[in-house]
Amino acid sequence: MDFRLTEDQRALRKGVRELLARLFDREALRAAVDAPSLDRELWRELGAAGFFALRVPEEEGGVGLGLPEAVLLFEEAGRVLLPGPLVATHVAAGVVPGASEGEVVVTDASEGLVAWLDEADVVLGSTEGAVPLRSVDPLTPLHRVPGIGGAGDEGGTRPQGRRPVAPTLPQRRDPHAPAGRTPTTGGAGVLPVADELVAVLLTAAEQVGSAEATTETAVSYAGEREQFGQVIGGFQAVKHLCAGMLVRAELARVAVRAAAVTGDPVEIAGAKLLADEAATGNARDCLQVYGGMGFTWEADVHLHLKRAWVRARLRLPAARAEEVVAEQL
Amino acid sequence: MDLAYGAEEEEFRARLREWLAAVLPTLPARPDPLDWPARRAYDCGWQRRLHDAGYADVHWDASPTQRLIFLEETELAGAPYVGANFVGLLHAGPTIAAEGTAEQRARWLPSILRGDDVWCQGFSEPDAGSDLASLRTRAVRDGDAYVVTGQKIWTSHAEVADWCELLVRTDPGAAKHRGISWLAMPMDAPGVTIRPLRTLAGSTEFAEVFLDEVRVPVENRVGEENDGWRVTMVTLSFERGTAFVGEVVACRRLLGELARTARENGTWDDPVLRRKLGRLSAEFQALWRLTQANVSEAQATGGVPGVGGSVFKLHYSHARQELYEAAAAVLGPDALDLDRDWTLDRLSSLSYTIAAGTSQIQRNIVAERILGLPKGR
Repeated sequence: MDFRLTEDQRALRKGVRELLARLFDREALRAAVDAPSLDRELWRELGAAGFFALRVPEEEGGVGLGLPEAVLLFEEAGRVLLPGPLVATHVAAGVVPGASEGEVVVTDASEGLVAWLDEADVVLGSTEGAVPLRSVDPLTPLHRVPGIGGAGDEGGTRPQGRRPVAPTLPQRRDPHAPAGRTPTTGGAGVLPVADELVAVLLTAAEQVGSAEATTETAVSYAGEREQFGQVIGGFQAVKHLCAGMLVRAELARVAVRAAAVTGDPVEIAGAKLLADEAATGNARDCLQVYGGMGFTWEADVHLHLKRAWVRARLRLPAARAEEVVAEQL
Repeated sequence: MDLAYGAEEEEFRARLREWLAAVLPTLPARPDPLDWPARRAYDCGWQRRLHDAGYADVHWDASPTQRLIFLEETELAGAPYVGANFVGLLHAGPTIAAEGTAEQRARWLPSILRGDDVWCQGFSEPDAGSDLASLRTRAVRDGDAYVVTGQKIWTSHAEVADWCELLVRTDPGAAKHRGISWLAMPMDAPGVTIRPLRTLAGSTEFAEVFLDEVRVPVENRVGEENDGWRVTMVTLSFERGTAFVGEVVACRRLLGELARTARENGTWDDPVLRRKLGRLSAEFQALWRLTQANVSEAQATGGVPGVGGSVFKLHYSHARQELYEAAAAVLGPDALDLDRDWTLDRLSSLSYTIAAGTSQIQRNIVAERILGLPKGR
């Protein structure tokens, strides 16, 4: 047993971090906020770098890596708030033609929501009657699909005989898509993981990346901002907020990475739960450390918080994740 | 990112499992929790069996992964806890092994490993808790002995201990971290008075130890005079490492028991409670993974666990207290009954965010040593 990253995994993470620093720096982020649209050029560059084809087998033209590596990619994407239906396109790679290369933008209907519907080329799942809503996240346009994912769908009152189940493969809308390929975690003797579970896990990985980014941002700000003649990071009240952020992020990170290794549906649900809490909780605390500046449009903190809210809602929301984990107790 | 154990590790696990299956049924009945001499005899008997089977030094010499497997398997099998030998095996022993002379190691370590001698800890004082370095128990050199006077508190197993690892002030003029020395004090020395301290759980888990001109030979000092703080830090980093492996395994079992009880008594139908149990299960699973991550790190960097233990302890102690709050909701009126194990355990759990470094001190450690925020108040 050695739960640390391998040399290759560290190199992969470093490579992705450098790639994203080049493709989507802070300037690009703020430009995207001012004029939200899906950057096709960026999408193709991600495709060319193997972002979408990472888990597609080499004999099918992919990179041939597994879920643990994919998780590292999405952690990095979450750190920089990379926009677009990344998870849906990644999961569709090798199934929907053009997704691997970043030529085709794939989104999906999930939990009564569809992100980037107007910009996507392929939509998986039913979007009948979808109506746009004014999305809280400036970088995630959303449509609402009626009748799914409402308050009654949270498992609050469990109808007779209905047991909460881990999410299963969604119905594909594209009739030409080859059926049946299920991505694997890459390890020997590990069961294949259904697409929907992969989507939940990769969304959780983005949450982890965001939680780490807001921790670093808060710590850096607390080390610079001076009040009462000292940096505010020297005050225990601020210090303890930051320590709590690190604890949440670390716990979520090991949960998500372990779930990527085991591919266990219950472990994935639990990891999503902790990752959501880390991303939303840390963005909230980061905002608090920033004080008045945290409440401004100019600081990036609100972008992390809003995206974290979207990711928490879009795949296996907390109430259902808790039910999935409770069910196996 | 590999969670699979190697062939050698699996063999260690299989051998241990087989031995546990054979030895556990032969153990005597568990002693009355209030009978301290009986508890000492039971705990030392268990340590003797571990010793004879070759597992005595698993806390010191085994690899971190083997230690993880040992703690996991003994908990799963329902084996006895380290109990009265906690300080000897996990505090004083490792300190002597790391910092003692060859003579000191030969003098004290074998009897710890065999379960012959029980050690207790004389660190905290009424005015030196989280701020341990402000301790005031004085040791004045008189020929070949130190004459020690002062008061220690929170000393577990003091009544049944043979030795005490004692922190004393040998240079009152020096900066507070620089004037401390580490002594091994025989508990039967003249001038040692033990007064049991009753906890809110009603039992006497701890004692106060009063020291009135106790003579401790200079040869009982481990490390240099006035270097005791550094010597002690070796011990504390052991304390915050793999010390909670068994507890996480136990918490996962307790949560399973709680879910069964909830299904039987109907509280499972309460979605708020049910989801709370689900969340706790996710948290304990993640804590297990964090343990594996910390052990992997320790294995790679040479064995002494680092500040990652503080991250673990902060969440673990909180989650375990939450577990007992959830248990109280499941048990209803039974949660007020002291004859239920859950009730006593709930009371005991109140110490988890205080003992071995309060959560507030742990947050300072995380903020200053991991995040690099400035020291200050």
